[in-house]
Amino acid sequence: MNIEAKLGLDVFKIDKERHITIDVEVCNRVCTDKACLYVCPAHLYEIDDQGNNTVNFEGCLECGTCLISCDHRALEWHYPRGEYGVQYRMG
Amino acid sequence: MEKVDCIIVGGGLAGLSAAYGLASEGLEVMVVERGDYSGAKNVTGGRLYLSPIRDIYPELWESAPFERPVTRELVTLMGDGASTTLELASDCFATAPYQSYTVLRARLDQWLADQVMEKGGMVITKNRVDEILVEGSKVIGIRAGADDIGADVTIIAEGVLGLLSSKVGLREEPLARDHALGYKEILELPSSVIQDRWHLNEGEGAAHLFMGEVTKGMMGGGFLYTNKDSISLGIVVGMSAMRERKEKIESHTLLDAFKELPQIRPLVEGGTLVEYSAHAIPEGGIAKVPKLFGDGYLMVGDAAGLALNALLTVRGMDFAIASGFYAARAVADAKSRGDCSAAGLAQYEQSLRSSFVLKDLETAKDIPHIMENPRLFTHYPQAVSGLLEKLYTIGPHPSQKLSSTVIGGVRKDFMNARTLKELYAMRKI
Ligand SMILES: Cc1cc2nc3c(=O)[nH]c(=O)nc-3n(C[C@H](O)[C@H](O)[C@H](O)COP(=O)(O)OP(=O)(O)OC[C@H]3O[C@@H](n4cnc5c(N)ncnc54)[C@H](O)[C@@H]3O)c2cc1C
Ligand code: SF4
Ligand code: SF4
Repeated sequence: MNIEAKLGLDVFKIDKERHITIDVEVCNRVCTDKACLYVCPAHLYEIDDQGNNTVNFEGCLECGTCLISCDHRALEWHYPRGEYGVQYRMG
Repeated sequence: MEKVDCIIVGGGLAGLSAAYGLASEGLEVMVVERGDYSGAKNVTGGRLYLSPIRDIYPELWESAPFERPVTRELVTLMGDGASTTLELASDCFATAPYQSYTVLRARLDQWLADQVMEKGGMVITKNRVDEILVEGSKVIGIRAGADDIGADVTIIAEGVLGLLSSKVGLREEPLARDHALGYKEILELPSSVIQDRWHLNEGEGAAHLFMGEVTKGMMGGGFLYTNKDSISLGIVVGMSAMRERKEKIESHTLLDAFKELPQIRPLVEGGTLVEYSAHAIPEGGIAKVPKLFGDGYLMVGDAAGLALNALLTVRGMDFAIASGFYAARAVADAKSRGDCSAAGLAQYEQSLRSSFVLKDLETAKDIPHIMENPRLFTHYPQAVSGLLEKLYTIGPHPSQKLSSTVIGGVRKDFMNARTLKELYAMRKI
Protein backbone atom coordinates (compact mmCIF):
# COMPACT_ATOMS: atom_id res chain seq x y z
CA MET A 1 0.00 0.00 0.00
CA ASN A 2 1.50 3.37 -0.93
CA ILE A 3 1.86 6.19 1.54
CA GLU A 4 -1.08 8.21 0.22
CA ALA A 5 -3.37 5.22 0.67
CA LYS A 6 -2.04 4.66 4.19
CA LEU A 7 -2.79 8.26 5.12
CA GLY A 8 -6.24 7.73 3.64
CA LEU A 9 -6.95 5.32 6.50
CA ASP A 10 -6.35 7.96 9.17
CA VAL A 11 -8.94 10.40 10.41
CA PHE A 12 -8.02 13.99 9.59
CA LYS A 13 -10.04 17.07 10.37
CA ILE A 14 -8.62 19.57 7.98
CA ASP A 15 -8.33 23.21 8.90
CA LYS A 16 -8.36 25.89 6.24
CA GLU A 17 -5.59 27.57 8.21
CA ARG A 18 -2.23 25.89 7.50
CA HIS A 19 -0.10 24.92 10.49
CA ILE A 20 3.18 24.58 8.57
CA THR A 21 4.58 27.43 6.52
CA ILE A 22 7.83 27.17 4.57
CA ASP A 23 10.15 30.09 3.99
CA VAL A 24 10.91 28.91 0.46
CA GLU A 25 13.51 31.57 -0.02
CA VAL A 26 15.63 29.93 2.72
CA CYS A 27 15.20 26.46 1.19
CA ASN A 28 16.36 27.76 -2.18
CA ARG A 29 19.19 29.90 -0.92
CA VAL A 30 20.92 27.86 1.79
CA CYS A 31 19.66 24.30 2.04
CA THR A 32 21.51 21.56 0.19
CA ASP A 33 20.44 18.50 2.18
CA LYS A 34 16.67 19.16 2.08
CA ALA A 35 16.08 16.80 4.99
CA CYS A 36 12.34 17.45 5.09
CA LEU A 37 11.99 15.59 1.79
CA TYR A 38 13.16 12.27 3.24
CA VAL A 39 12.59 12.41 7.01
CA CYS A 40 8.83 13.03 6.88
CA PRO A 41 7.12 9.68 7.57
CA ALA A 42 4.08 10.86 5.66
CA HIS A 43 6.14 11.98 2.66
CA LEU A 44 4.43 15.35 2.51
CA TYR A 45 7.24 17.56 1.24
CA GLU A 46 7.75 17.95 -2.48
CA ILE A 47 9.59 20.28 -4.82
CA ASP A 48 7.05 21.75 -7.23
CA ASP A 49 7.42 22.53 -10.94
CA GLN A 50 8.90 25.93 -10.17
CA GLY A 51 11.56 24.26 -8.03
CA ASN A 52 10.01 25.45 -4.76
CA ASN A 53 9.54 23.36 -1.65
CA THR A 54 5.91 22.64 -0.74
CA VAL A 55 4.21 20.72 2.04
CA ASN A 56 0.87 19.01 1.88
CA PHE A 57 -0.01 19.94 5.48
CA GLU A 58 -3.41 18.26 5.34
CA GLY A 59 -1.84 14.81 5.76
CA CYS A 60 0.42 15.80 8.63
CA LEU A 61 0.83 13.27 11.44
CA GLU A 62 2.09 16.06 13.74
CA CYS A 63 5.29 14.25 14.67
CA GLY A 64 7.46 17.36 14.40
CA THR A 65 10.30 15.54 12.64
CA CYS A 66 10.52 18.11 9.84
CA LEU A 67 10.69 20.94 12.34
CA ILE A 68 13.43 19.28 14.38
CA SER A 69 15.38 18.25 11.26
CA CYS A 70 15.40 21.60 9.45
CA ASP A 71 18.76 23.18 10.25
CA HIS A 72 17.85 26.46 8.66
CA ARG A 73 14.74 27.37 10.59
CA ALA A 74 12.80 27.63 7.39
CA LEU A 75 9.64 26.20 8.94
CA GLU A 76 7.01 28.00 10.90
CA TRP A 77 5.39 25.01 12.57
CA HIS A 78 2.76 24.83 15.28
CA TYR A 79 0.11 22.33 16.21
CA PRO A 80 -3.19 22.69 14.36
CA ARG A 81 -5.90 24.51 16.29
CA GLY A 82 -7.97 22.44 18.70
CA GLU A 83 -10.50 20.28 16.82
CA TYR A 84 -8.25 20.00 13.76
CA GLY A 85 -5.55 17.75 12.44
CA VAL A 86 -5.07 14.02 12.78
CA GLN A 87 -7.24 12.16 15.30
CA TYR A 88 -5.87 8.70 16.02
CA ARG A 89 -8.43 6.04 16.82
CA MET A 90 -5.83 3.54 18.03
CA GLY A 91 -2.54 5.38 18.72
CA MET B 1 -8.71 36.30 34.93
CA GLU B 2 -10.51 33.08 35.82
CA LYS B 3 -8.38 31.04 38.21
CA VAL B 4 -8.07 27.40 39.31
CA ASP B 5 -5.67 25.58 41.66
CA CYS B 6 -3.84 23.80 38.89
CA ILE B 7 -3.82 23.90 35.10
CA ILE B 8 -2.34 21.06 33.12
CA VAL B 9 -1.11 21.67 29.59
CA GLY B 10 -1.75 18.46 27.67
CA GLY B 11 -3.97 15.49 28.47
CA GLY B 12 -1.58 12.62 27.69
CA LEU B 13 -0.56 10.05 30.29
CA ALA B 14 1.70 12.45 32.21
CA GLY B 15 -0.88 15.23 32.40
CA LEU B 16 -3.77 12.91 33.19
CA SER B 17 -1.80 11.10 35.88
CA ALA B 18 -1.10 14.44 37.58
CA ALA B 19 -4.75 15.44 37.20
CA TYR B 20 -5.95 12.17 38.71
CA GLY B 21 -3.74 12.66 41.76
CA LEU B 22 -4.85 16.25 42.25
CA ALA B 23 -8.54 15.57 41.68
CA SER B 24 -8.32 12.70 44.19
CA GLU B 25 -7.00 15.21 46.73
CA GLY B 26 -9.99 17.42 46.02
CA LEU B 27 -8.07 20.18 44.26
CA GLU B 28 -9.57 22.12 41.42
CA VAL B 29 -7.71 20.93 38.36
CA MET B 30 -8.19 21.66 34.68
CA VAL B 31 -6.52 19.67 31.90
CA VAL B 32 -6.46 21.35 28.48
CA GLU B 33 -6.00 18.92 25.60
CA ARG B 34 -5.90 19.83 21.91
CA GLY B 35 -7.11 16.49 20.56
CA ASP B 36 -10.79 15.62 20.07
CA TYR B 37 -10.24 13.30 23.05
CA SER B 38 -7.26 12.34 25.16
CA GLY B 39 -5.08 10.01 23.11
CA ALA B 40 -6.24 11.39 19.76
CA LYS B 41 -2.76 12.81 19.15
CA ASN B 42 -0.67 10.26 20.97
CA VAL B 43 1.40 7.37 19.74
CA THR B 44 3.40 4.73 21.51
CA GLY B 45 5.01 1.41 20.55
CA GLY B 46 4.10 -0.02 22.71
CA ARG B 47 4.04 -1.60 25.97
CA LEU B 48 3.59 -0.09 29.36
CA TYR B 49 5.90 -1.41 32.04
CA LEU B 50 3.51 -1.71 34.93
CA SER B 51 5.98 -3.06 37.50
CA PRO B 52 7.59 0.31 38.29
CA ILE B 53 4.22 2.02 38.76
CA ARG B 54 1.99 -0.71 40.12
CA ASP B 55 1.95 0.86 43.57
CA ILE B 56 1.22 4.27 42.16
CA TYR B 57 -2.57 4.49 41.99
CA PRO B 58 -2.97 0.73 42.69
CA GLU B 59 -6.75 1.04 42.41
CA LEU B 60 -6.51 2.05 38.74
CA TRP B 61 -4.76 -0.83 37.06
CA GLU B 62 -7.35 -3.55 37.73
CA SER B 63 -9.77 -1.94 35.30
CA ALA B 64 -7.32 -0.36 32.84
CA PRO B 65 -7.98 -1.15 29.16
CA PHE B 66 -4.71 -2.97 28.56
CA GLU B 67 -4.39 -5.08 25.43
CA ARG B 68 -2.32 -8.12 26.47
CA PRO B 69 0.23 -8.90 29.18
CA VAL B 70 3.59 -9.59 27.53
CA THR B 71 4.52 -13.18 28.26
CA ARG B 72 6.84 -13.79 25.32
CA GLU B 73 9.93 -11.69 24.66
CA LEU B 74 11.68 -11.97 21.32
CA VAL B 75 14.54 -10.12 19.70
CA THR B 76 15.90 -10.55 16.21
CA LEU B 77 19.35 -9.41 15.13
CA MET B 78 19.10 -8.86 11.42
CA GLY B 79 22.12 -9.12 9.20
CA ASP B 80 21.98 -8.80 5.46
CA GLY B 81 20.54 -12.14 4.37
CA ALA B 82 20.81 -13.86 7.76
CA SER B 83 19.20 -13.11 11.08
CA THR B 84 19.21 -14.50 14.59
CA THR B 85 16.16 -14.58 16.85
CA LEU B 86 16.42 -15.02 20.57
CA GLU B 87 13.49 -15.83 22.74
CA LEU B 88 13.47 -15.37 26.44
CA ALA B 89 11.06 -17.81 28.03
CA SER B 90 10.81 -16.94 31.68
CA ASP B 91 8.28 -17.95 34.29
CA CYS B 92 8.51 -14.53 35.82
CA PHE B 93 7.16 -12.90 32.65
CA ALA B 94 4.62 -15.61 31.99
CA THR B 95 2.78 -15.43 35.30
CA ALA B 96 0.79 -12.74 37.08
CA PRO B 97 1.48 -10.12 38.28
CA TYR B 98 2.71 -9.34 34.78
CA GLN B 99 5.55 -6.91 34.33
CA SER B 100 4.27 -5.22 31.18
CA TYR B 101 1.19 -4.87 29.00
CA THR B 102 0.70 -3.85 25.39
CA VAL B 103 -1.50 -0.76 25.02
CA LEU B 104 -3.16 1.48 22.46
CA ARG B 105 -3.09 5.13 23.44
CA ALA B 106 -6.44 6.30 22.11
CA ARG B 107 -8.05 3.73 24.41
CA LEU B 108 -5.77 4.07 27.41
CA ASP B 109 -5.63 7.87 27.54
CA GLN B 110 -9.36 8.27 27.06
CA TRP B 111 -10.02 5.84 29.86
CA LEU B 112 -7.63 7.69 32.17
CA ALA B 113 -9.37 10.97 31.28
CA ASP B 114 -12.66 9.35 32.33
CA GLN B 115 -11.12 8.38 35.68
CA VAL B 116 -9.97 11.97 36.18
CA MET B 117 -13.46 13.29 35.51
CA GLU B 118 -14.97 10.75 37.85
CA LYS B 119 -12.77 12.19 40.59
CA GLY B 120 -14.09 15.65 39.77
CA GLY B 121 -11.24 16.90 37.56
CA MET B 122 -11.96 18.88 34.40
CA VAL B 123 -10.64 17.64 31.07
CA ILE B 124 -11.25 20.20 28.35
CA THR B 125 -10.61 18.62 24.95
CA LYS B 126 -10.53 20.18 21.46
CA ASN B 127 -8.66 23.16 22.86
CA ARG B 128 -5.11 24.11 22.10
CA VAL B 129 -3.13 26.03 24.68
CA ASP B 130 -1.49 28.88 22.77
CA GLU B 131 0.81 30.28 25.39
CA ILE B 132 2.19 29.74 28.85
CA LEU B 133 1.73 33.01 30.72
CA VAL B 134 4.78 34.23 32.58
CA GLU B 135 5.08 37.22 34.89
CA GLY B 136 8.66 37.96 35.89
CA SER B 137 10.06 34.53 36.69
CA LYS B 138 6.70 33.09 37.62
CA VAL B 139 4.35 31.02 35.50
CA ILE B 140 0.87 32.32 36.20
CA GLY B 141 -1.36 30.34 33.85
CA ILE B 142 -2.18 29.85 30.20
CA ARG B 143 -3.76 31.45 27.17
CA ALA B 144 -6.05 29.33 25.03
CA GLY B 145 -7.74 31.18 22.20
CA ALA B 146 -9.36 34.27 23.68
CA ASP B 147 -9.21 32.93 27.25
CA ASP B 148 -6.59 33.57 29.86
CA ILE B 149 -6.81 31.17 32.79
CA GLY B 150 -4.72 31.61 35.90
CA ALA B 151 -3.47 28.89 38.24
CA ASP B 152 -1.38 28.59 41.37
CA VAL B 153 0.60 25.92 39.59
CA THR B 154 0.80 25.08 35.88
CA ILE B 155 1.90 21.55 35.06
CA ILE B 156 3.53 21.32 31.66
CA ALA B 157 2.67 17.99 30.09
CA GLU B 158 2.74 19.04 26.43
CA GLY B 159 4.88 16.15 25.23
CA VAL B 160 8.18 15.75 23.43
CA LEU B 161 8.26 18.83 21.21
CA GLY B 162 7.91 21.25 24.12
CA LEU B 163 6.78 24.01 21.79
CA LEU B 164 5.19 26.22 24.42
CA SER B 165 7.72 25.71 27.20
CA SER B 166 10.72 26.31 24.94
CA LYS B 167 9.11 29.50 23.68
CA VAL B 168 9.13 30.95 27.19
CA GLY B 169 12.59 29.55 27.98
CA LEU B 170 11.58 26.77 30.38
CA ARG B 171 13.49 24.24 28.26
CA GLU B 172 15.53 24.02 25.06
CA GLU B 173 14.02 23.56 21.65
CA PRO B 174 14.27 19.91 20.57
CA LEU B 175 17.45 18.96 18.70
CA ALA B 176 17.72 16.18 16.13
CA ARG B 177 20.49 14.34 17.93
CA ASP B 178 18.37 13.93 21.05
CA HIS B 179 15.31 12.59 19.25
CA ALA B 180 14.11 9.64 17.26
CA LEU B 181 11.19 9.33 14.90
CA GLY B 182 8.79 6.49 15.68
CA TYR B 183 6.09 5.41 13.28
CA LYS B 184 3.93 2.38 12.98
CA GLU B 185 1.03 0.58 11.40
CA ILE B 186 -1.84 -1.06 13.21
CA LEU B 187 -2.84 -4.26 11.46
CA GLU B 188 -6.00 -6.00 12.53
CA LEU B 189 -5.89 -9.75 12.97
CA PRO B 190 -8.39 -12.03 14.73
CA SER B 191 -7.27 -12.77 18.28
CA SER B 192 -7.24 -16.53 17.57
CA VAL B 193 -4.79 -15.93 14.71
CA ILE B 194 -2.60 -13.82 16.99
CA GLN B 195 -2.54 -16.58 19.58
CA ASP B 196 -1.72 -19.25 17.00
CA ARG B 197 0.90 -17.22 15.19
CA TRP B 198 2.77 -16.21 18.33
CA HIS B 199 2.15 -19.44 20.30
CA LEU B 200 0.25 -17.68 23.05
CA ASN B 201 -2.33 -18.81 25.52
CA GLU B 202 -5.59 -16.94 25.28
CA GLY B 203 -5.17 -13.33 26.32
CA GLU B 204 -1.37 -13.43 26.46
CA GLY B 205 0.86 -11.29 24.32
CA ALA B 206 4.25 -11.06 22.66
CA ALA B 207 6.79 -8.30 22.20
CA HIS B 208 9.30 -8.65 19.40
CA LEU B 209 12.13 -6.22 18.69
CA PHE B 210 14.37 -6.10 15.63
CA MET B 211 17.84 -4.62 15.19
CA GLY B 212 20.13 -4.20 12.24
CA GLU B 213 19.03 -4.42 8.64
CA VAL B 214 15.56 -3.15 9.54
CA THR B 215 16.90 0.41 9.84
CA LYS B 216 19.57 -0.15 7.17
CA GLY B 217 22.19 0.24 9.84
CA MET B 218 20.82 3.52 11.21
CA MET B 219 20.40 3.91 14.96
CA GLY B 220 17.06 2.44 15.89
CA GLY B 221 15.11 -0.73 15.33
CA GLY B 222 11.82 -2.34 14.54
CA PHE B 223 9.09 -3.45 16.92
CA LEU B 224 6.06 -5.68 16.87
CA TYR B 225 3.57 -5.85 19.73
CA THR B 226 0.47 -7.97 19.83
CA ASN B 227 -2.72 -6.21 20.92
CA LYS B 228 -6.10 -7.86 21.58
CA ASP B 229 -7.11 -8.07 17.94
CA SER B 230 -4.39 -6.21 16.13
CA ILE B 231 -0.63 -5.87 16.01
CA SER B 232 1.47 -2.71 16.21
CA LEU B 233 4.33 -2.91 13.75
CA GLY B 234 6.75 -0.04 13.50
CA ILE B 235 10.16 1.50 13.39
CA VAL B 236 12.16 3.84 15.56
CA VAL B 237 15.02 5.65 13.85
CA GLY B 238 17.33 8.36 15.13
CA MET B 239 16.70 11.73 13.53
CA SER B 240 20.43 12.43 13.26
CA ALA B 241 21.05 8.95 11.90
CA MET B 242 18.70 9.66 8.99
CA ARG B 243 20.62 12.81 8.24
CA GLU B 244 24.05 11.23 8.53
CA ARG B 245 23.44 8.25 6.30
CA LYS B 246 25.24 8.72 2.99
CA GLU B 247 22.48 7.40 0.82
CA LYS B 248 19.32 8.98 2.13
CA ILE B 249 16.28 6.84 2.62
CA GLU B 250 12.73 8.14 2.64
CA SER B 251 11.64 7.16 6.12
CA HIS B 252 8.27 5.75 5.12
CA THR B 253 9.87 3.23 2.76
CA LEU B 254 11.76 1.59 5.65
CA LEU B 255 8.53 0.31 7.11
CA ASP B 256 7.37 -1.08 3.78
CA ALA B 257 10.70 -2.84 3.36
CA PHE B 258 10.45 -4.18 6.91
CA LYS B 259 7.06 -5.71 6.15
CA GLU B 260 8.44 -7.34 3.03
CA LEU B 261 11.26 -9.15 4.85
CA PRO B 262 10.87 -12.91 4.66
CA GLN B 263 10.82 -13.17 8.47
CA ILE B 264 8.05 -10.58 8.79
CA ARG B 265 5.79 -11.32 5.86
CA PRO B 266 4.22 -14.46 7.34
CA LEU B 267 3.62 -12.61 10.62
CA VAL B 268 1.60 -9.82 9.03
CA GLU B 269 -0.08 -12.02 6.42
CA GLY B 270 -3.81 -11.34 6.21
CA GLY B 271 -3.62 -8.34 8.54
CA THR B 272 -5.85 -5.39 7.66
CA LEU B 273 -4.07 -2.07 7.89
CA VAL B 274 -6.31 0.31 9.85
CA GLU B 275 -4.06 3.15 10.99
CA TYR B 276 -0.70 4.74 10.27
CA SER B 277 0.81 7.03 12.89
CA ALA B 278 4.03 8.84 13.78
CA HIS B 279 5.52 10.67 16.74
CA ALA B 280 8.86 11.96 18.01
CA ILE B 281 10.62 10.26 20.94
CA PRO B 282 13.00 11.95 23.38
CA GLU B 283 16.31 10.07 23.55
CA GLY B 284 18.70 12.60 25.02
CA GLY B 285 18.74 10.86 28.39
CA ILE B 286 19.31 12.52 31.71
CA ALA B 287 21.72 15.07 30.26
CA LYS B 288 18.81 16.64 28.41
CA VAL B 289 16.30 16.76 31.25
CA PRO B 290 15.52 20.47 31.77
CA LYS B 291 14.94 22.20 35.06
CA LEU B 292 11.95 20.31 36.40
CA PHE B 293 10.27 23.03 38.43
CA GLY B 294 10.22 26.73 39.11
CA ASP B 295 7.93 29.43 40.42
CA GLY B 296 4.41 28.27 39.67
CA TYR B 297 5.25 25.38 37.36
CA LEU B 298 6.38 21.76 37.03
CA MET B 299 7.41 19.76 33.96
CA VAL B 300 6.34 16.12 33.53
CA GLY B 301 6.64 13.25 31.05
CA ASP B 302 8.12 13.66 27.58
CA ALA B 303 7.97 17.45 27.92
CA ALA B 304 10.72 17.03 30.51
CA GLY B 305 12.61 14.43 28.45
CA LEU B 306 11.72 11.68 30.93
CA ALA B 307 12.08 8.71 28.60
CA LEU B 308 14.62 5.98 28.15
CA ASN B 309 15.59 3.95 25.12
CA ALA B 310 17.92 1.15 26.20
CA LEU B 311 17.75 -0.84 22.97
CA LEU B 312 15.74 -3.76 24.32
CA THR B 313 13.53 -1.71 26.56
CA VAL B 314 11.82 1.49 25.49
CA ARG B 315 10.21 3.38 28.31
CA GLY B 316 8.35 6.64 28.52
CA MET B 317 4.81 5.85 29.60
CA ASP B 318 5.78 4.58 33.05
CA PHE B 319 7.96 7.67 33.50
CA ALA B 320 5.08 9.87 32.36
CA ILE B 321 2.65 8.33 34.84
CA ALA B 322 5.14 8.37 37.72
CA SER B 323 6.23 11.96 37.10
CA GLY B 324 2.56 12.99 36.99
CA PHE B 325 1.97 11.25 40.29
CA TYR B 326 4.90 12.97 42.02
CA ALA B 327 3.92 16.30 40.48
CA ALA B 328 0.42 15.96 41.94
CA ARG B 329 1.84 15.19 45.37
CA ALA B 330 4.17 18.18 45.23
CA VAL B 331 1.40 20.53 44.13
CA ALA B 332 -1.03 19.29 46.78
CA ASP B 333 1.67 19.78 49.38
CA ALA B 334 2.66 23.22 48.14
CA LYS B 335 -0.99 24.29 48.09
CA SER B 336 -1.56 23.10 51.63
CA ARG B 337 1.43 25.15 52.78
CA GLY B 338 0.39 28.10 50.65
CA ASP B 339 3.76 28.23 48.91
CA CYS B 340 3.74 27.56 45.17
CA SER B 341 7.09 29.19 44.55
CA ALA B 342 10.07 27.17 43.29
CA ALA B 343 11.05 26.50 46.89
CA GLY B 344 7.56 25.28 47.69
CA LEU B 345 7.61 22.89 44.72
CA ALA B 346 11.20 21.63 45.11
CA GLN B 347 9.96 18.41 46.66
CA TYR B 348 8.96 17.31 43.15
CA GLU B 349 12.53 16.90 41.97
CA GLN B 350 13.57 15.26 45.22
CA SER B 351 10.87 12.63 44.91
CA LEU B 352 11.82 11.95 41.28
CA ARG B 353 15.43 11.55 42.41
CA SER B 354 14.53 8.99 45.03
CA SER B 355 12.15 7.14 42.68
CA PHE B 356 12.99 4.98 39.66
CA VAL B 357 12.40 7.93 37.33
CA LEU B 358 15.66 9.81 37.77
CA LYS B 359 17.50 6.80 39.21
CA ASP B 360 16.95 4.73 36.07
CA LEU B 361 17.78 7.69 33.83
CA GLU B 362 20.97 8.21 35.84
CA THR B 363 21.92 4.52 35.54
CA ALA B 364 21.40 4.76 31.80
CA LYS B 365 23.32 7.98 31.33
CA ASP B 366 25.87 6.49 28.92
CA ILE B 367 23.34 4.79 26.68
CA PRO B 368 22.62 7.71 24.32
CA HIS B 369 26.34 7.96 23.63
CA ILE B 370 26.81 4.20 23.13
CA MET B 371 23.86 4.09 20.76
CA GLU B 372 25.46 6.72 18.57
CA ASN B 373 27.84 3.98 17.39
CA PRO B 374 26.40 2.82 14.06
CA ARG B 375 28.25 -0.52 14.31
CA LEU B 376 25.72 -1.55 16.92
CA PHE B 377 23.18 -1.58 14.12
CA THR B 378 25.41 -2.92 11.33
CA HIS B 379 28.40 -4.96 12.49
CA TYR B 380 26.95 -6.80 15.47
CA PRO B 381 23.66 -8.10 14.04
CA GLN B 382 25.60 -9.19 10.95
CA ALA B 383 28.45 -10.80 12.92
CA VAL B 384 26.19 -12.84 15.20
CA SER B 385 24.01 -14.03 12.34
CA GLY B 386 26.99 -14.67 10.11
CA LEU B 387 28.65 -16.88 12.70
CA LEU B 388 25.51 -18.90 13.34
CA GLU B 389 24.94 -19.22 9.62
CA LYS B 390 28.39 -20.82 9.34
CA LEU B 391 27.69 -23.20 12.19
CA TYR B 392 24.48 -24.40 10.60
CA THR B 393 25.82 -24.70 7.08
CA ILE B 394 26.59 -28.09 5.57
CA GLY B 395 28.18 -27.29 2.23
CA PRO B 396 29.67 -29.34 -0.59
CA HIS B 397 33.15 -29.03 0.91
CA PRO B 398 34.47 -30.84 3.96
CA SER B 399 33.40 -28.97 7.11
CA GLN B 400 35.77 -27.24 9.47
CA LYS B 401 35.82 -28.43 13.03
CA LEU B 402 33.07 -26.78 15.01
CA SER B 403 35.55 -25.25 17.40
CA SER B 404 37.62 -23.66 14.66
CA THR B 405 34.50 -22.23 13.02
CA VAL B 406 33.49 -20.65 16.29
CA ILE B 407 36.98 -19.51 17.19
CA GLY B 408 37.59 -18.20 13.71
CA GLY B 409 34.30 -16.33 13.65
CA VAL B 410 34.69 -14.95 17.12
CA ARG B 411 38.26 -13.92 16.46
CA LYS B 412 37.37 -12.19 13.22
CA ASP B 413 34.25 -10.42 14.38
CA PHE B 414 34.63 -9.96 18.11
CA MET B 415 38.28 -10.33 19.17
CA ASN B 416 39.63 -7.18 17.66
CA ALA B 417 40.65 -4.05 19.47
CA ARG B 418 37.76 -1.99 18.20
CA THR B 419 35.05 -4.46 19.08
CA LEU B 420 36.53 -5.23 22.47
CA LYS B 421 36.65 -1.55 23.25
CA GLU B 422 33.02 -1.20 22.24
CA LEU B 423 31.93 -4.23 24.22
CA TYR B 424 33.81 -2.85 27.19
CA ALA B 425 31.94 0.44 26.85
CA MET B 426 28.67 -1.49 26.75
CA ARG B 427 29.15 -2.78 30.27
CA LYS B 428 27.70 0.60 31.24
CA ILE B 429 24.29 -0.34 29.81
C1 LIG C 1 6.77 4.82 18.21
C2 LIG C 1 6.93 4.97 19.71
C3 LIG C 1 7.16 3.85 20.48
C4 LIG C 1 7.24 3.96 21.87
N1 LIG C 1 7.30 2.83 22.61
C5 LIG C 1 7.17 2.91 23.95
C6 LIG C 1 6.99 1.74 24.72
O1 LIG C 1 6.92 0.63 24.21
N2 LIG C 1 6.88 1.87 26.08
C7 LIG C 1 6.90 3.10 26.68
O2 LIG C 1 6.77 3.16 27.92
N3 LIG C 1 7.06 4.22 25.98
C8 LIG C 1 7.18 4.16 24.62
N4 LIG C 1 7.26 5.31 23.88
C9 LIG C 1 7.34 6.60 24.57
C10 LIG C 1 5.97 7.01 25.14
O3 LIG C 1 4.98 6.87 24.18
C11 LIG C 1 6.02 8.46 25.63
O4 LIG C 1 7.11 8.61 26.51
C12 LIG C 1 4.73 8.87 26.32
O5 LIG C 1 3.69 8.90 25.39
C13 LIG C 1 4.86 10.23 26.98
O6 LIG C 1 3.63 10.64 27.52
P1 LIG C 1 3.33 12.18 27.78
O7 LIG C 1 2.02 12.23 28.44
O8 LIG C 1 4.49 12.80 28.46
O9 LIG C 1 3.29 12.83 26.34
P2 LIG C 1 2.18 12.70 25.20
O10 LIG C 1 1.59 11.37 25.21
O11 LIG C 1 2.81 13.17 23.95
O12 LIG C 1 1.06 13.73 25.67
C14 LIG C 1 1.15 15.11 25.44
C15 LIG C 1 -0.25 15.63 25.32
O13 LIG C 1 -0.26 17.05 25.28
C16 LIG C 1 -1.15 17.48 24.28
N5 LIG C 1 -0.71 18.81 23.87
C17 LIG C 1 0.50 19.15 23.37
N6 LIG C 1 0.56 20.48 23.13
C18 LIG C 1 -0.64 20.98 23.50
C19 LIG C 1 -1.20 22.27 23.48
N7 LIG C 1 -0.52 23.32 23.04
N8 LIG C 1 -2.46 22.44 23.93
C20 LIG C 1 -3.19 21.38 24.37
N9 LIG C 1 -2.72 20.12 24.41
C21 LIG C 1 -1.45 19.92 23.97
C22 LIG C 1 -1.06 16.42 23.23
O14 LIG C 1 -2.19 16.42 22.38
C23 LIG C 1 -0.96 15.16 24.07
O15 LIG C 1 -2.20 14.63 24.41
C24 LIG C 1 7.18 5.24 22.48
C25 LIG C 1 6.99 6.37 21.69
C26 LIG C 1 6.84 6.24 20.33
C27 LIG C 1 6.56 7.48 19.51
S1 SF4 D 1 15.16 21.15 5.44
FE1 SF4 D 1 14.37 23.19 5.93
S2 SF4 D 1 15.53 24.60 4.65
FE2 SF4 D 1 15.86 22.54 3.84
S3 SF4 D 1 14.32 22.34 2.21
FE3 SF4 D 1 13.43 21.49 4.09
S4 SF4 D 1 12.33 23.20 5.02
FE4 SF4 D 1 13.72 24.08 3.49
S1 SF4 E 1 5.19 16.97 11.36
FE1 SF4 E 1 5.81 14.91 10.73
S2 SF4 E 1 4.15 14.24 9.38
FE2 SF4 E 1 3.91 16.44 9.61
S3 SF4 E 1 4.98 17.29 7.86
FE3 SF4 E 1 6.46 17.25 9.54
S4 SF4 E 1 7.53 15.33 9.36
FE4 SF4 E 1 5.70 15.19 8.07
